[in-house]
Amino acid sequence: MLGYMFRRVLAIVPVMFFVALFVFMLLRLTPGDPAAIIAGDAATPAQLERIREAMGLNEPLHVQFISWTGDLLRGDLGTSLISNTPVTTMIGQRIWPTINIALLTISIAVLIAVPMGVLAAWRHRTWVDYTVMSFSVLGFSVPVFVIGYVFILVFAIKLGWLPVQGYQSPSTHGFDGFLRRAILPALTLATIYVALIARMTRASMLEVLGEDYIRTARAKGARERSVLFRHALRNAAVPIMTVIGTGFALLISGVVVTESVFNIPGIGRLTVDAILARDYPVIQAMILLTAGIYVMVNLLIDLSYSLFDPRIRY
Amino acid sequence: MTYLSTVPALRGLAAALLAGSALVAPAMAETTITAVMHSGLRVLDPVITTAHITRNHAYMIYDVLVAVDENFAAQPQMASWEVSADGLTYTFTLRDGLLFHDGAPVTAADAEASIKRWAQRDGGGQLIMDVTASLTATDDKTLVWTLTKPFAPLIDIIAKQSALPPFIMPARVAATPSDTAISKHIGSGPFRFVEAEFQPGVSVTYLKFDGYVPRSEPANWYAGGKVVNVDKVVWTNIPDPQTQMNALLAGEIDYLEAAQVDLLPLLEGDDDVVFEVRDTLGYQTMGRLNFKHPPFDNPKIRQAALKALDQEAVLAALIGNPDYYTVCGAIFGCGTPLASDGGSASLTSGGDVEAAKALLAEGGYDGTPIVLMQPTDVVTLNAQPVVAAQALRAAGFNVDLQPMDWQTLVTRRASQAKPAEGGWNIFFTNWMVPEITSPLGSPMLNGRGDGAWFGWPDDPVIEALKGEFVAAADLPGRQEVAARIQQHTMDNVLYIPLGQYLLPHARRANLVNMIASPVPLFWAIEKQ
Repeated sequence: MLGYMFRRVLAIVPVMFFVALFVFMLLRLTPGDPAAIIAGDAATPAQLERIREAMGLNEPLHVQFISWTGDLLRGDLGTSLISNTPVTTMIGQRIWPTINIALLTISIAVLIAVPMGVLAAWRHRTWVDYTVMSFSVLGFSVPVFVIGYVFILVFAIKLGWLPVQGYQSPSTHGFDGFLRRAILPALTLATIYVALIARMTRASMLEVLGEDYIRTARAKGARERSVLFRHALRNAAVPIMTVIGTGFALLISGVVVTESVFNIPGIGRLTVDAILARDYPVIQAMILLTAGIYVMVNLLIDLSYSLFDPRIRY
Repeated sequence: MTYLSTVPALRGLAAALLAGSALVAPAMAETTITAVMHSGLRVLDPVITTAHITRNHAYMIYDVLVAVDENFAAQPQMASWEVSADGLTYTFTLRDGLLFHDGAPVTAADAEASIKRWAQRDGGGQLIMDVTASLTATDDKTLVWTLTKPFAPLIDIIAKQSALPPFIMPARVAATPSDTAISKHIGSGPFRFVEAEFQPGVSVTYLKFDGYVPRSEPANWYAGGKVVNVDKVVWTNIPDPQTQMNALLAGEIDYLEAAQVDLLPLLEGDDDVVFEVRDTLGYQTMGRLNFKHPPFDNPKIRQAALKALDQEAVLAALIGNPDYYTVCGAIFGCGTPLASDGGSASLTSGGDVEAAKALLAEGGYDGTPIVLMQPTDVVTLNAQPVVAAQALRAAGFNVDLQPMDWQTLVTRRASQAKPAEGGWNIFFTNWMVPEITSPLGSPMLNGRGDGAWFGWPDDPVIEALKGEFVAAADLPGRQEVAARIQQHTMDNVLYIPLGQYLLPHARRANLVNMIASPVPLFWAIEKQ
């Protein structure tokens, strides 16, 4: 197991290097000029040129790349070209809202979707199954911004129970303060993940419920609840864990619409703003971070398989 | 997870949901104003950029030597001034009690350094520096500006409200090269920047600076006493217009600088919310042609493009509601001291397609495709290219409308390559009207060829006219020259003004006494 983990962690290095190289080149080949964003509309071409020079954007590409990777190896992600703020500070400010809401979303989704999927499989081709599957189709089909606006209209504007927008950190405003502002975006995001996880749970459970050992468990008098959750769900867990893990990575890397609708200062908005402004150090850092999150989440998912399926050993 | 452990977890979640739902909108200190501005603040240096949000930020934390009032008249702010009889020496005297936010007194040396840095970036400042013999602090209170020849608009230029007013910062900060952003933000104005709470593009917090001594006169635009009646102002950036409206209706924000016109009906019927046009000058939208390459190197074909366009059609597509736009042929903006409308009749009366066709024939247009750049990611710039493309096609132009993001556009418009090789022929942008009220400040009226603004017109006539403007002794004289500049701009099609539009602001009804200036100001305002 330790050897496997070591090899996987080591494999991250070339992956991240090629991601870094690809992102660096792609950004430089994309039209755009951060100096123009800084200088504003009235700047003359000569003024723009001077700002570019001062920002180091006129250096040859290989010089810029070597300088950037050198800084990266020292743990320095650079400074935003636009706001002059260290990228690590910007990510530090923005990542926690995203992580906290992603955790809340996945928790809600798992707590709702897994029992729904088990129920649907257990009551296959009954109204329970059809209801769950109908909800799944709805969850997949309705765009998150529509769900978000409907939730805001009902719970914030009409009922006045919850705030419309914003984010409060649990560390500074307590869990109540956090939950009041995070629950609507988390429920909005959870809708699609409930649909996804419920469908996957149902499909996986249906496959497992047809196995001989389930029939054996029932034949020896095991209670149905025990059959479903101890025998079937555990064996059906591998694909479900895969969906949950990749879902979490997706939530970390790309919920910009929900962040915009609910005004959450997360890393999705940070990334989009950086792209629109061609803020190269921020974009590069965000893509590296996202790639790193995906690699780590995949590693954790792979390791988790052995917890659910004793046949899997590394 | 087992069934037994799932159920209590669900119960816990439901309890948490109910607990959360029982709580209402956040408690907010009575003297805190939460405002949503037109964009997020990212750049903090008011010299390196002309971005309006940075200028607005600078008005919060910095003060200026002189400032304009609602009659566009310069008034003493940090300093009073005297002009020598020969018009060559301006002596500024700082008023008493001026402090930076670190507690140090504001001195004439700080003003000198701030103005010198500003003048390296500002077009008007550069014109003054061209005739400057010296700019020197002779003591802590006195700044002497000596010219080589009289330059009557000097005070108007340093009193200007946008885009780059000369804000006063400590000399050690102003020593930063003008092409490098400052890293210290020590203001001289009525609010203090809270650096620890600044999140670029997300939120910025200002606290009332207790050490600020306001002037005794009542506040009048940027002039007069900057009396702060609140403890704290927070600018939070809500990117989604619908969420902005919802937050205002729910009382989570107090002020919305730029309310989207088509969402205003959402606010109707709520007595706690007011929407109104604070800035009656608004914005001018305009088109710029590339003088470098065919076909717009030909004045006849430039005139054909101008004749083809119709302001009403552009504004209707851009804004929609006629209450918030007006056709206006004045290049200096309608409602401003230098406004006139020579040469703009076709623009303001539906366009003249037949005249455009005739001019195209006269100019020998050979069907060369014209590259028209459309920034699809900017709401206020997305409609103009589409309407213009259709109007130009109707007149006989072969139009190549190219959608792109704004960043690609700003890169491409700096290219002098041929349009077919990565260059361009037409782009559109918008200006806050106060930025174009003077021929000395309007970037489009620079006729210095490659040294001019994008489009690069080589136009000695406009440069000569600006020289006459500088030499004019009084306002009627300047108005007379301005009328000739207007006519020449239209004849040579230095740019095509496409009308003015207004952006209403919205606020909670308990926010009162806001100054009706183009730049939103947070002194004088009260939260009842």
